[in-house]
Parts: sequence; structure tokens; C-alpha cells
Amino acid sequence: MSDATPSAMPRWMDGTGASADIVLSSRVRLARNLEGVPFPHLLDQRQATEVLAATRKAALELNKFGFLGTVRFVPLAEVTPVERQVLVEEHLISPAQAKDVQYKAVILSQAEEVSIMVNEEDHLRIQCLLPGLQLQEAWALASRVDDALEQAMTFAFSESRGYLTACPTNVGTGLRASVMMHLPALVLTNQAARALNSVGQLGLTVRGLYGEGTEAIGNIFQISNQITLGRAEGEIIDHLSAVVAKIIDHERQAAAALLREARDQVEDKVSRALGILSNARIMTSDEAIRLLSDVRLGVNMGILTKVPLKAANELLIMTRPAYLQRLAGRELSPFERDLQRAALIRTKLGVRQTA
Amino acid sequence: MLCDECKKRPATFHMTKVVNNEKTELHLCEQCAREKGEIQFSMEPDFSIHQLLAGLLNYGGEAGVQPALEKDVVCGVCGSTYDEFARTGRLGCSHCYEEFEDQLEPIIRRVHGASTHTGKVPKRGARSLMVKREVQSIRNQLQAAIAHEDFELAAKLRDQIKAMEKGQE
Repeated sequence: MSDATPSAMPRWMDGTGASADIVLSSRVRLARNLEGVPFPHLLDQRQATEVLAATRKAALELNKFGFLGTVRFVPLAEVTPVERQVLVEEHLISPAQAKDVQYKAVILSQAEEVSIMVNEEDHLRIQCLLPGLQLQEAWALASRVDDALEQAMTFAFSESRGYLTACPTNVGTGLRASVMMHLPALVLTNQAARALNSVGQLGLTVRGLYGEGTEAIGNIFQISNQITLGRAEGEIIDHLSAVVAKIIDHERQAAAALLREARDQVEDKVSRALGILSNARIMTSDEAIRLLSDVRLGVNMGILTKVPLKAANELLIMTRPAYLQRLAGRELSPFERDLQRAALIRTKLGVRQTA
Repeated sequence: MLCDECKKRPATFHMTKVVNNEKTELHLCEQCAREKGEIQFSMEPDFSIHQLLAGLLNYGGEAGVQPALEKDVVCGVCGSTYDEFARTGRLGCSHCYEEFEDQLEPIIRRVHGASTHTGKVPKRGARSLMVKREVQSIRNQLQAAIAHEDFELAAKLRDQIKAMEKGQE
């Protein structure tokens, strides 16, 4: 049950779901804490071990509900640093969860659309991650997991403040809903800043690929709610969905304008990107993400017809440093990674090694 | 105010730049601002929610002056002080919410624009809370009915509240 090696890629990367050309994934996270136990950062050894034991028991109980398949409880101290980093790259745990791991764990559903972080900032953070735009579905699933866990444990809750969290910015619903969007046409037409700045005025935040404090490489942006109290979960989800729908419209319009006004330049750009990815022998992680962004744009515009969207999505994660090292089965130097990365991309794009 | 650049469209971007102690003010319309590259979208890489909170907590005070607390408040359950929360942005345990209620109320309001939870409630104890919320909503209707001098409706609502509260016991 503590095996951290999944057999396949997490489900959220499979390129399905509504508006999957623009929305990579939808995530809903619920923060929950156990009643009568200090928040994780104040736990002593005994208490931290007790929280781990209680959640391990609750994880086993989850199996009897069946809707999560076979659930795995993974104490993070028992897996290698590379495995932990892979979990970060797959968005199954946060970067903070991969540090100081002695009393931390993650509970994973069989298809890995549900991951529950144990002893992060809160005792439990239930995450549901689905492909494409599926916020309602992700919320429904997260709520179902919440209900199931509640049968095994009592959560800290106050009538007026709602679910109580270590940081008051999460109090109330404990809900953070976020959508990962690929917006290359808005960036190319210099409209991303305007479109995304207005998001800030609507009580939402924009971040980069790996959450708080990360840069938006590869034209990938995460948009999430900021307010967790005073609105019901459904309202928060609807509000975010409505804003995301607007941004999707803008991106589609920008892509149409590019095709109309600058077809040759766009065809050149995306074809060059595919050319480099199909032929390069040394490829850094940043260059890969930037080029894959261009290829994704080409696929979505119907210019590149031979690359499946799923392959482009999966490569975004498979070309990250820890993932490559897991594939190789050993630690790699940065230069070795660049070689491996280039080779993996060529294989995945269907280029013969002798070509 | 018209845009400094095109002098046609209204200026919606107002910037103050200080370069080598020289202050310049710039008022541009959106289009000119974009063309001049004055709008930059920043991802604020070092921004942390805890720092923001810590900033909010010291709001209103002079630099270096702590929020005016005669004595530091201590949570009777986990032993955390309000001061620790003000520094780290994290509370010690769920009981801190009651212990620091007076201090937290304005902060929660500022962060969320509200201070009362209206979302999901745990299944356990959910029934009583649901009833409470329902009763509150009927009470509001009752007030409105009285205000409109619709005493027939008011009597009906009052009976409804009574019945619900009785069912609670």
C-alpha cells in the first residue's frame, strides 16, 4: 500500500474534458483539520504520528466506498526524493509538501484524480484534479471524498466561520478551485496582461504552472479563487467557471485573429517548434516547455495534424527533471537529463531514432 | 483627463515614476500604455500569502508599532500567542479562532469581504445547523411581513418557527 510508483500517467493529463484545447486541468482543493488537534506546524512527534495513523486508517476506510478504486497511503518519508519530486511535477502534492517529510503523507486514488495531502499546512488537503474544464465535477468528487472521510474523523468546524484552517485566508469553505489554462494566442497578441489583470479585480488570482510563487512558463496560467468565506462552494465554482469561459473566448478569438492576420508567421513558428523538438539532441526543460507550448498551439489551430494533443500534454510533465530520472531509474546530471529529454521527445513524437 | 500620448482617448492608466529622484507622472489610455510597453504583467514571484497577512495585521500602525494590545492574548488550548500569529500568519489550533475572535474578525472581513460561513456543513451536527439557518431565514421573512403589516403571514411564520425550534429539542 505504500508503493508510490503509479502504473500510468495521472488521469488529468489525458487531454479529455470540456475545452481541453485550452484548459489543461481543473482542480478543487478542500482544507480540513481534525478537531482538538493543533494545526500541523505545532504538532509534536507523538501528535504528528497520531494524525498520520488516523489518516492511514481513514484511507483504508475509503476503499470500502469503491468510487476511488484501490486507495494507496504513501508516507513521504518512505519514498525517494526523486519520487517525491515526481509527485510535485504531476501536481499530486505541493512543493511545500515535498519538504521536511518526516510526518507527511499523501493518499492517492487508483486513477490519481484524488490526492489527499496529510500534514501540509492543514491536517488534510483533499485535492481532485480532472482533465479539461470540469470544475463542477471536481467539486462534486472532492465533496464526496470529504463526506466519506467524515465517517472516520471529526473535522474542526464552527457555525459562523465554517471549516477552520491554519491560515485564515482558507477559512470557511476551505475551498480553492483552480484551472490550468494554456493561453499562447493571448500571449502572442500581447493581450494576456490585460485579460489576466482584469481577473484580479474579480476576486481571483493568477499564478504560474506550479502554483504560488512560480513563473508562467510555456504560456500556462493557473487561475483560482481567493475568497473562501461568505460564499457557498457552488457560488465560488460558478464564478470561476464564468470567468474561465470568458478567457477561453478571448483565447479563441486571439487564435482566430492570428490565423487571419498572420497565418504564415504562425505556421512558421509552430512548424519550427516541431522541427526542433523532432530533431534536437540536447534539450533543456525550459526550452522544451516553450516549444511544446508552440506545438500545442499548432495542434489546436489545425496546423500540426500529426501530433495528438495527449502527447503534447504528457510531454509537459514527462520532460520535467524528476520524471526523467524516474524513467531512467537513476539520478541524472543536468546534461544527462537534457540528452534524455531530447530522446524522449523524439520517441514520443514518433520520430525514428535513425532519422 | 485625456491621454498624454494620443490626446484623444481618456487616460485610464496613471503612473508615477521616480528615476534618480526625478518624479514624472504619466497619464495614458489603455492602448497607448500597451504600445509604450508601460503595462507589465507581473507574477510577483516572491509573493506569499503569509507575508500579505502579516502586512494586513500591522495595518494602520506606524512602522515598528505593534497592533495596540495591552497584553498579548494566549490561546488556552495550544498556547499560541496572537503575536505569533501576527508574525507567521498561521494560527496554532482551531480554538485560536475563538480565543482571538476580536482581533481576527476585522482581518477575516478584510480578506474575504464577509465573516460568516454560508457553505457546506459537516454531516454530523448538520441537521441542527440547517434548522438554525432555516429558522433565521424565516425570521427575516417574519420581520418583512411585520414591516408590511401582513399579520396573517406573520402569525403563520411565527408558528412555523415555533414548530421548528420544538422539533430541535
